[in-house]
Amino acid sequence: MAEVRVERLVKSYGAARALDEVTLDFPDGGFFGLLGPSGSGKTTLLRAIAGFVAPDAGHVFIAGRPVEDVPVEAREIGMVFQSYALFPNMTVAENVGFGLAVRKISGAERARRVAEVLELVQLGPYGARKPQQLSGGQRQRVAMARAIVTRPRVLLLDEPLSALDKALRVDMQIELKRIQREVGITTIFVTHDQEEALSLSDRIGILRDGRLIRTGTPREVYSAPGDAFTARFLGEANILRGSVEPAGLRLADGTLLPGRATACMAVRPEHLRLTAAEPATSHRLRLRLVQRIFGGASGTAVLDWQGQRLKATGPDDTFADLAEGQEVWASWTPDRALPLTD
Amino acid sequence: MTNRLLARLGHLYLGLILVFLYAPILVMAAMSFNRSEFYQLPFDFTTDWYAKLWHNGEILAAAGRSVWIAGTVTAIATVLGTAASIALYRHSFPGKALLRALLFPPIAIPWLITGTAMLVFFFGIGLDRGTPAVIIGHVALALPYVIVVVSSRLATLDPALEEAARSLGARPWTVTRAVTIPWILPGIIAGALFAFAVSFDQFVVSYFLSEPGDSTLPVLIYTSIRKGFTPEINAVSTLIIAVSMALMLLAARRVRFGGED
Repeated sequence: MAEVRVERLVKSYGAARALDEVTLDFPDGGFFGLLGPSGSGKTTLLRAIAGFVAPDAGHVFIAGRPVEDVPVEAREIGMVFQSYALFPNMTVAENVGFGLAVRKISGAERARRVAEVLELVQLGPYGARKPQQLSGGQRQRVAMARAIVTRPRVLLLDEPLSALDKALRVDMQIELKRIQREVGITTIFVTHDQEEALSLSDRIGILRDGRLIRTGTPREVYSAPGDAFTARFLGEANILRGSVEPAGLRLADGTLLPGRATACMAVRPEHLRLTAAEPATSHRLRLRLVQRIFGGASGTAVLDWQGQRLKATGPDDTFADLAEGQEVWASWTPDRALPLTD
Repeated sequence: MTNRLLARLGHLYLGLILVFLYAPILVMAAMSFNRSEFYQLPFDFTTDWYAKLWHNGEILAAAGRSVWIAGTVTAIATVLGTAASIALYRHSFPGKALLRALLFPPIAIPWLITGTAMLVFFFGIGLDRGTPAVIIGHVALALPYVIVVVSSRLATLDPALEEAARSLGARPWTVTRAVTIPWILPGIIAGALFAFAVSFDQFVVSYFLSEPGDSTLPVLIYTSIRKGFTPEINAVSTLIIAVSMALMLLAARRVRFGGED
């Protein structure tokens, strides 16, 4: 186990900057989620830490030591690939034992540790199977077991759950978190799935166009995204723009939202309250309910405000008394309006 | 209606192709068991030609030499070709695209021209005709086949497999041995079969580069046909076909050609 630090990391592919002066600390034993759209540089960052990508400038430190001159195979990392990359010519036990075999760990000790880690990922009886005989979720756990059995200093996960279907993905999130807590390895994972990042990580970092634009705990970043991109990328956000006046924010339809204002702000869909009667707050908008979407446990209302699509969500029957096409009021408490830089 | 008709025509077409391919071979095999030296019917079964073949030292020596040369060529071309394929797969270097492109013409250039060129070249560098020259020539001919077949198999290798092995602490050679080679093994076997076939069937280059009286089987068959055809040639050809078919079937049982499934 060790902490990882990257310092002013730069990597270009032709004219495109995949990493642009990224400096970031990954605390020892933490579960760190790197989040961003495709092409944001998150995978390049992970691969630079692993050693598959040689940065043009900057440093990677593992346990305080620079590792630029350390090849992948000597960095003592564990990595789980998006495709799992299980060796098809080996059994599950041979796959898991591979890292121990290259470290010349003897047969009995190896068998013991392989059995132990297969137990940890709840695949005890599957050692003799070939990867092709396993389901997606089982393969994922084999990949995980193979990566942690060598007791690496850092565990790197590249979109580890994206190949699974949704129901399984939620189960595996819980599983992944449990395993990571039990072994306590510093874990860095890359995802484009914001829900996954929010539920798994202790801390997250948001990347855009090769730059790190926001870090913090999931709660911090979600409740104070800071900029419009982060607000939209992490969760959903209704972005309201206007001009700042001494009294507050003046929106395009003339509505004045009183109080301290920035030219751009966001309200999360779950914080919008929809009513047919005018609410007793000045933090409200008059808009049209376009569509109600039934989502089982929760419902969504699609709204049209000055040609802009907004969304409100709530428990299943929140919007039952409102009709599609009706003019309604959307309101929120002032502290739910998140100030943003554009 | 039309579909069924098309399906029938398809079957007929396939049948005709098989007839054209195998009828001459079957006739030849049958004639190797016919008593008449001049292919006269009625068919009169005999194994005399095989007995004669067994005592024909010249043919047996040539067959032995052909197998030995083809085996050596296969070993050399398969190792070199596999190594070259892996190098082309892993590394990028200036001129790589050109090098790849240069691998294909030897397959397309007529062997007669390649053979002449080799003869001139070997004469120029002072390498005499003989078995070493034949082996070098055959390796040069077989190498592109191995590289093409192994490279196409390598193209299906998930790069993450090698990366996973490295992340687990494996050095480059261990990665190659434990991950890369097992994956491309079907390609290596197929490439080796090609190399063996290219060498064993090779006439032109062997004819140019072997010493008189030290010829390979195809060269001997060619020269003896010119002298006068005997059913012994049928017999030896039938044996060769039987052995190579058996090898192909064995290989096909172990390896699926053309990738997975």
